[in-house]
Formats: sequence, structure tokens, C-alpha cells
Amino acid sequence: MWLTSSSVGRKLIMSISGLFLILFLAFHMSMNLVAIISSEAYNAVCSFLGSNWYAVAGTAVLAAGVFVHFAYAIILTLQNRKARGEQRYAVSENQGSVEWASQNMFVLGAIVIIGLCIHLSQFWAHMMLPELVGSEELLLTADGTTYAATDGAGLISYTFKNPINVVLYVIWLIALWFHLTHGMWSAMQTLGANNKTWMPRWKCISNIFATVVCAGFIAVVFYGYFA
Amino acid sequence: MEKLINITLKVWRQRGPQEKGAFETYQLENISTESSFLEMLDVLNEKLVKERKEPVVFDHDCREGICGMCSLYINGHPHGKDQEVTTCQLHMRRFNDGDTITIEPWRSAAFPVIRDLMVDRSAFDKIMQAGGYTSVNTGGIPDANAIPIPKPVADEAMDAASCIGCGACVAACKNGSAMLFVSAKVSQLALLPQGKVEAAKRVKSMIAKMDELGFGNCTNTRACEAECPKAVSISNIARLNREFICAKLKD
Amino acid sequence: MTSIPGLFAIGEANFSDHGANRLGASALMQGLADGYFVLPYTIQNYLADQIQVPRMSTDLPEFVEAEKGVQDKINKLMSIQGTESVDSIHKRLGHIMWEYVGMGRTKEGLETAMKKLKELKKEFWSNVYIPGEANTLNTELEKALRLSDFLEIGYLMAIDGYNRNESCGGHFREEYQTEEGEALRQDDQYSYVACWKYTGENSDPELLKEPLDYEETERKTRNYKN
Ligand code: HEM
Ligand code: SF4
Ligand code: FES
Repeated sequence: MWLTSSSVGRKLIMSISGLFLILFLAFHMSMNLVAIISSEAYNAVCSFLGSNWYAVAGTAVLAAGVFVHFAYAIILTLQNRKARGEQRYAVSENQGSVEWASQNMFVLGAIVIIGLCIHLSQFWAHMMLPELVGSEELLLTADGTTYAATDGAGLISYTFKNPINVVLYVIWLIALWFHLTHGMWSAMQTLGANNKTWMPRWKCISNIFATVVCAGFIAVVFYGYFA
Repeated sequence: MEKLINITLKVWRQRGPQEKGAFETYQLENISTESSFLEMLDVLNEKLVKERKEPVVFDHDCREGICGMCSLYINGHPHGKDQEVTTCQLHMRRFNDGDTITIEPWRSAAFPVIRDLMVDRSAFDKIMQAGGYTSVNTGGIPDANAIPIPKPVADEAMDAASCIGCGACVAACKNGSAMLFVSAKVSQLALLPQGKVEAAKRVKSMIAKMDELGFGNCTNTRACEAECPKAVSISNIARLNREFICAKLKD
Repeated sequence: MTSIPGLFAIGEANFSDHGANRLGASALMQGLADGYFVLPYTIQNYLADQIQVPRMSTDLPEFVEAEKGVQDKINKLMSIQGTESVDSIHKRLGHIMWEYVGMGRTKEGLETAMKKLKELKKEFWSNVYIPGEANTLNTELEKALRLSDFLEIGYLMAIDGYNRNESCGGHFREEYQTEEGEALRQDDQYSYVACWKYTGENSDPELLKEPLDYEETERKTRNYKN
């Protein structure tokens, strides 16, 4: 199958899975912004995306997307290291126009995955998971407060009261920002939807999109911290 | 103004593909700033032969930037730091008295070192043989303007055709990818009517050959474009992807 | 096909359409025209016959002799172990050619050139130094093999220029010019196409001529003034 057996095919898989994750990010970020406006509204959105079939299906597709993207990131990176060969240059200078992010996509992606794990253990494990397994388990925190699985807004303010979490999330989101500034135009280039005119446009769109998404997420983090 | 400078060279020496290489340091005195980089290496070799040592092996031919034979990774850049020049077009006036210049061969798994600074770039020829041509059956001589080609398209094709197959793009790429070269070769033909006929077949066989020869997957870092002595643009890579994906979807 | 069966000459080596002049663009045009228009209609015809020709064995005496010839030449070059580098002799060859066998040349100059070229050839074959071994990639040996040919062709150019007592095309013998400094041809003596035959390592080549007879056209002198 050409998608997996050719270099351009493998890149196409990276690009489509990446663009899919981008769509999800945009959606997730808009949803989070609701938490700033109103806790009730946010919890309503959360319950809407609870343990019903479409949310579960969405989660499964999303997990598959992350898995495919991650798996191909590993495959591509290993193949590329091999293609580069054993001998490295003794002296190597940056070529000026080369973006730092483009050379470090795997590291940035790895940070994103670690952040994702932390994030899932802090939120998903206390919100969607209990509903899925049918337990009404409540999160009991060190200070004795309890949060119901349906109280997403409460969980946000609880989590981000802790400055360590704030720092972790900000690092995570900055890595995501770098990954997106390169990833988004790179995905268009891989799809073939690029040329000399669109190159600067895609770069501009990527920068704006990455900034809006990451700023949106970070806003919620700080909202949780200060509110 | 001509000046004479003294320089230190750190040159990669390697006797054969299987042997271990290492840097050797040489001092050169009174090198004219008017001389070219390769002339400076000629001076080094003349000196080595005088000392009854084996000269440094490096590729070169036209010495005017058109043949694509010269290579050399100079101070961390393929073809040196100057933009849009080949090594043979690089001048010693770009260097200062007392400079240390590190010279390495192209390093990429698909370009094994033959000796010293000379690498085997026949992988590029194999890619070309896989489809970098048009099978012409010309018939009678057509009128010069029977097939009008818009100027911008002709320009794009001409820009792509300026690729000299030197391999600097592969040498610069952290993924050892040959996409800039292949995209230039595919584009120069795919853009013009004579090349369109076989475009789908060509792009598939050239990419298949490129993958088979062990070049890496392009992640759009743009290092190739920054180092290409002919300023071939990565918009050609987008065209290559487009041509390939469309060809495969049509199958 | 050339007069040697199985040896083809096409493109730059062919001089049917653009004259014998092999300067940049006309050579290129010849290559393009032959490759694009002539070859697709001609080559099959010639190659078809070649299918009948059995694959040559490398044991044939001619092959063995040619291989031995090259091997001997390489052994000879490697065994000299003199003191002059290939490049330094190449440079001296260049200076002689530049000085005496340029576009404008004279009888005396060409005589000097022939003398100097003979000496240089002798020096090359007795005093060149090639480092390294013959059975590895050896760029000095490669250059030496070419230079040995350059020395031959350089001498041939000098002797050819010396032999032709007229001015014609890129060959301007300063003794033969009009009052206005234009090339002065001697059509009564030099109206022929010619080539030089190799007669052995140490003897001068032999001139073979074929007269140029014009029946329909009249010969004219080309100049760039009118
Ligand atoms: C929210 C999560 C993520 C998003 C939205 C995302 C997005 C993207 C996009 C759009 C691309 C460009 C694809 C292309 O050039 O064709 C990309 C490339 C890449 N991603 Fe991700 N990614 C995410 C997570 C990850 C993770 C977890 C990894 C794992 C380490 C990763 C590693 C890579 C690598 C190595 C590339 C290749 C660089 C390239 O082709 O340009 N990404 N990503
Ligand atoms: S694309 Fe540029 S760097 Fe690559 S082979 Fe062609 S001329 Fe050289
Ligand atoms: S030697 Fe021909 S391009 Fe440099």
C-alpha cells in the first residue's frame, strides 16, 4: 500500500492525522473558553460530551489519531536517522532560514505526549472514565473537598490552584505552539497544497492559529489559577 | 585588492568506503585572496605531492558552477557559507588571515565516501534513470510557437531545471532526504507539455527509486532550499507531493 | 556510423549541420538536433545490424593487447617516481601553448613550441612523480594519463599550425595577413581536408590529405567587415 510503503505516503499519514488533531485542538480550546464565561455552561458542555455513544466514538477516533501520528512520528524519525548515516558533521552551522521547531518536531511531540498523559490522568480519568465504568466516584482531594465527575469547572480551578500544574501546562502548551507553527504549514506542503504564493500565507496562518489555540488554553489555566 | 593570507585547514581524510576516517590539519601560507577555494586546495595538493604525500581527493570538473561535480561541506555549510554559489565559485576573499577552515565530505547514508572528500552520488543517476526523461518520438519539426507556454510556467520550469544535481540538499538535510533534487527533476518536466504525458508514471518510479536507495522522509525543514547553490525552491516539493498523491489516487 | 564498423559518432562529434566549428552554442545545437530529430529515425537502423554481431570475447588478441598496453602505460608512469608533480608539468604545457600556439602564431614561435614540447614530453616520461598506488582511486595517476594525451595533442596542434603556411579561420599565421590585418589564405596549396596519422611513439605523425573540389560554388573569403 503506497500510503505506508512510500515516503510521501507516510508523510501524508502524518499530515492528515496531524490536521485532524489540529481540528480537535480548535474545538477543545473553544470549549475550554466556556469555562471562563460560566462554570454552569462549561459543566453543561461536559455532560453533553459524557458517556454517550458519540462522545465515546469521538474519543476512540481521537485516540486512534494520536496513536497513528505518534507511531508514524517514531517510524519516520528512525528511518530518517538511518538515512542520515552514522557519520555526523564535526562542524554544523544553522542555515539561517531554518525554523528551530522544524528540526525538533519529535522532541516537541514527545513533550506534547507527556503533557497529554498528565492531562488525561488529571481530567479524563476523573471525568469521562468514571462515567464509562459506571462508577459515581468522586475525587477526594488533600484538603478534603470533593468534586463530582460532572463538575469539570470545579476540577479546573482545583487543578490550577497548584502552581506546579500551571508551570507544567504552560511548558506543554509552549511546546505545542512550536509544534503547530511548523506542523500546520508543513502539513499543507505535504498535501501538495502549497506554492510560492501560499508559502508565506500558510506560515502566517500557522503562526496565528498556533498562537490563538495556545493562548486560549493558557487563558483557562490562568483563569483557574487566579479565580 | 589582492591580499595574502595564512590559513589552517582541517580536512577529512578517509582511504576508502570501509575505512575509518579522521581529520588532518594543514597549514597554508600566502594564499591569495584572489584565488578560488578549489585553487587553494590545488595549492595544498601541490604542497603534499612535493612532500611526497598523497593529495586530498575531491570532486570537481567545470569549476564554473554548472556541472554539479564539486561538493565539500565547508565550515558547517555545503558549498560554504555564501548563498547561491557552488564550492568552485567560492573565493578565498571570503576568509580572513588566521582562519581555520573545516572541510568535510557530504555525509549521508545514500552517499558513501569513496575517498577523502569524494562521495558516491550515483544514487542520483539511478533516480534519473528511473524516470527523469521524456521518451520522445518527435515526428516532424513542430512550429516554434505551435504549443504556447505561459511565461510564468516556462519560468518555473526553467528555475527547476537549474538544478545541477550536486547533492547539497541531501548533505544539508538532517533526514538525508533527496526531495529537493527529485522535485526539481520532476517539476522541470511536469510543467511542460512534452513532459506531462508521462508525468504520473515518472513521479511514481522516481519516488520509488528514491525510497529504495535509502534517502529519508522529508519533514519540510527547508535546510535544502537554504543551501541549494541554484536556489531551487521547496515549492517544487509541494508540486512533487501533489503529482505523486494525485497519481496514486488515480490508480 | 564512422568508417570503423560499430563505432558511432553523433552530437558534438558530428559536423554535418554546423560546420567543423565546435564552439559552445553550435556544438550544443548539434547535440540537441541530433538527439531530438536525427537519432530517433536513424539509430535503430544501425543498431539492428549490430544484433547479429556476437558479443566480443575479452580473450581476443586485440583486447588482450589493448589491455596490456594500458597496463604497461600505468606501470611505467607509476615506476618513474621522479620529482615533478603532474600539475606542474601540466601548467608548463599550458604556458607553452598559450605563448606560441595561440590564435596568432608564427613560424619561429611554432618551432620553439615544438622543441619545448618535445623536451617537456621527455621530462614528463622521466621525471613525473605520482604518489600512492595504481590499484586504488588515484587522482594523480588519472591526471597523468590525461596529461600524456594532452602532450601528444599539443604537439600535434603545433605541427599542424607549422605545416599550414596560410591564415584561415582560428589559425592566424602572422606572416600571412593582408595589409589590413585580415587572414590571408593560400587556396592553391591548402585546399584539402586532412588528418594526421600516428606513426609511433617517437616519430612525427604523417599527413593524410583529401582535396577539396568545388564544382557548383565558388570559394570566398569570409570577413567580418562587410
Ligand atoms: C495535539 C497534538 C499534535 C498535533 C496537533 C500535531 C500536528 C502535527 C502536524 C500538523 C504535523 C505536520 C505533518 C506534516 O508535515 O505532514 C506534525 C508533524 C509531526 N509531529 Fe505532530 N502533532 C501532535 C502531536 C505529536 C506527537 C504526540 C508527536 C510524537 C512525538 C508528534 C511528532 C511529530 C513529528 C515527528 C512530526 C514530523 C515533522 C513533520 O513532518 O513536519 N506530534 N504534527
Ligand atoms: S536541488 Fe539544489 S542542492 Fe539539490 S542537487 Fe539540485 S542544485 Fe544541488
Ligand atoms: S566544479 Fe562544476 S559546479 Fe563546481
